[in-house]
Amino acid sequence: MADFEIKDLRASVEGRQILKGVSLAINKGEVHAVMGPNGSGKSTLSHTLMGHPGYTVDGGEVLFKGQNVLDLETDERARLGMFLALQYPVVVPGISMANFLRTALNSKRGYDGKDKTKQVTPKEFRGLLKDELQVLHMDDSFLPRYINDGFSGGEKKRAEILQMAVLKPEIAILDETDSGLDIDSIKFVAEAVNRMRGPELGMLIITHYTRILEFIKPDYVHVLVDGKFVLSGGPEVAQRLEKTGYAEWGHAEESPQEVA
Amino acid sequence: MATVPKIDVGGDYKEKYGFFVPEDFVFKAKRGLNPEIVKEISWMKKEPEWMTKMRLRSLEIFRKKPMPTWGADLSVIDFENIFYYLQATDKQSKTWEELPPDIKATYDRLGVPEAERKFLAGVSAQYESEVVYHSLQESLTKKGVIFTDTDSALRDHPELFKEYFGTVIPPADNKFAALNTAVWSGGSFIYVPKGVKVEIPLQAYFRINAENMGQFERTLIICDEDSFVHYIEGCTAPIYTTDSLHSAVVEIIVKKNARCRYTTIQNWSTNVFNLVTKRAMAYADATMEWVDGNLGSQITMKYPSVYLMEPGAKGDVLSVAFAGKGQHQDAGGKMIHVAPNTTSTITSKSISKGGGRTSYRGHIKIYPGANNCKSFVKCDALLLDDESRSDTYPYNDVDAENVTLGHEATVSKVSDEQLFYLMSRGIPRAEAETMIVNGFIEPFTKELPLEYAVELNRLIQLEMEGSVG
Repeated sequence: MADFEIKDLRASVEGRQILKGVSLAINKGEVHAVMGPNGSGKSTLSHTLMGHPGYTVDGGEVLFKGQNVLDLETDERARLGMFLALQYPVVVPGISMANFLRTALNSKRGYDGKDKTKQVTPKEFRGLLKDELQVLHMDDSFLPRYINDGFSGGEKKRAEILQMAVLKPEIAILDETDSGLDIDSIKFVAEAVNRMRGPELGMLIITHYTRILEFIKPDYVHVLVDGKFVLSGGPEVAQRLEKTGYAEWGHAEESPQEVA
Repeated sequence: MATVPKIDVGGDYKEKYGFFVPEDFVFKAKRGLNPEIVKEISWMKKEPEWMTKMRLRSLEIFRKKPMPTWGADLSVIDFENIFYYLQATDKQSKTWEELPPDIKATYDRLGVPEAERKFLAGVSAQYESEVVYHSLQESLTKKGVIFTDTDSALRDHPELFKEYFGTVIPPADNKFAALNTAVWSGGSFIYVPKGVKVEIPLQAYFRINAENMGQFERTLIICDEDSFVHYIEGCTAPIYTTDSLHSAVVEIIVKKNARCRYTTIQNWSTNVFNLVTKRAMAYADATMEWVDGNLGSQITMKYPSVYLMEPGAKGDVLSVAFAGKGQHQDAGGKMIHVAPNTTSTITSKSISKGGGRTSYRGHIKIYPGANNCKSFVKCDALLLDDESRSDTYPYNDVDAENVTLGHEATVSKVSDEQLFYLMSRGIPRAEAETMIVNGFIEPFTKELPLEYAVELNRLIQLEMEGSVG
């Protein structure tokens, strides 16, 4: 039994079925990439795994630490050890990144305003952030800013990875983290992600393009088309896609290579 | 059996601290409103004749003016069933046990100290803060600053008082200003001399007593040229009163190049009709800032205004209203540009929850000849559920040239996307919702002194949990 198992997951959006039976087993220490053309269900997969209210589960289960996480609230899934780096991080005015990170970290540790020993201390918090900020080529000035407010595309994505580094999930889903990033930003993000790789973290990298996989080498690659996996294998699958694209599944117009 | 707590204030209390000491006059509190009661109030306070006459004239005006019907529904107010003047001793008739449990619970959860909560609940007439107040008074007196309750000011500074009282808000201004002028009691009086900047905010809290938090307080602030003062009224803890009508008047004069900031955080218990007239006159290059937060009450109608009288004057209103179940917050602001080259901004943030209703009501008037004025209004409403309601009533009259007038209004809900995002980081739903609401009013909170900001955030948290009555 794998650490994180998606079994025959089916999900719909506004009554339209998008995921038509997805199964995937991820162990900690592994990096899985899910690739697919637009509309194949990539975002539905990531959002359904995390419990977004706009997505309805029609069947299947997702097992993690002996629980079906589909029965849990989004925040419970996060506290259990799941993390989703969003493709479009949300702006929340009036809340500083620092406050957001601290609150999230306290929640993760089970601090509910009572047991002070669970609360992250200012010193510890600063220490945690310092290294990660450096790797991501960010500085302190970003901490008092409101959540994603006025952030550039690159800043938003880097902020997502920073949150991941602080919260230290066991299963991380990176949803099109590479989209809209210039090559430098992709490198910073990849460096930070690679630093986190290790036996305690399983990752699911969802992407349309092969480029990010040059920097974060996946162990497994799965091709999602029309709500189902049509091909799974090792890194060679990504190489094959790079050459032939999604044409063999009827998506000839879409190239997995980003046009510069 | 519970006993009414009594705090011994000492015989020399008044001399030392300038507080009103409850004395045993032969005065029987009566309900209702007529010239006899008004005369009696004035007599009780040993007021000069001009004030007695002004009160009586105001009563006439009150009688003649029709009830305003353009805003919230006020028809249920029974003016004959109200005590218009109570002595502190009369007020002290409640016991802690008689308080509604929700109010007690809120004090608990806010961590309001014992002495304070008894005062706020109307159980005790006095809040023991005179030590702080006393040392503050000494430093103010050295600078020539007068900070006292309005009754004492009439007694001790009669000429200054008469020069300004009722000049910004005359009794005929509106029905409730007339009522207040007829029966006013308590409130704060501040005079800041030329060139004096008062470094720390003056808080009514320092000299809280039953007198100054009465139903019909009257506040008068005069900022002389080049001066500065920040006055803070109220507190975030709920003020419990069985009186159903609170109708205050606040008049402020900001002279040339002076600046005044007036911060209000009010959280009346939800049986109260809170109908308040607040207005400032700002002269050349003067700045008037209203920072106004309204949480409690059943109905609030309050539109702090600034009359921009001379070139360079600047007016600001920053307000927040929170309406829960059964509450209607009708708030906003007015900016009256009388002189050219004057600027104003109104920023209004409102939150409605559990069927509560908020309205923004604003008026920008730019008089003929008041050219080159700028005014910007921004009102944002946040609805927390489908049963709640928010409306916007902006009125603009522009009769001048080269005027820049901006208006922006948004109505939003706590979005699923924001909630999902915060929750996906492990933050529980209720906490995430509170964070979003606190984030929404952050432009307001950041203008408050830290301890008030912290309290306000905590109070919003309680309101969000639905544990505040």
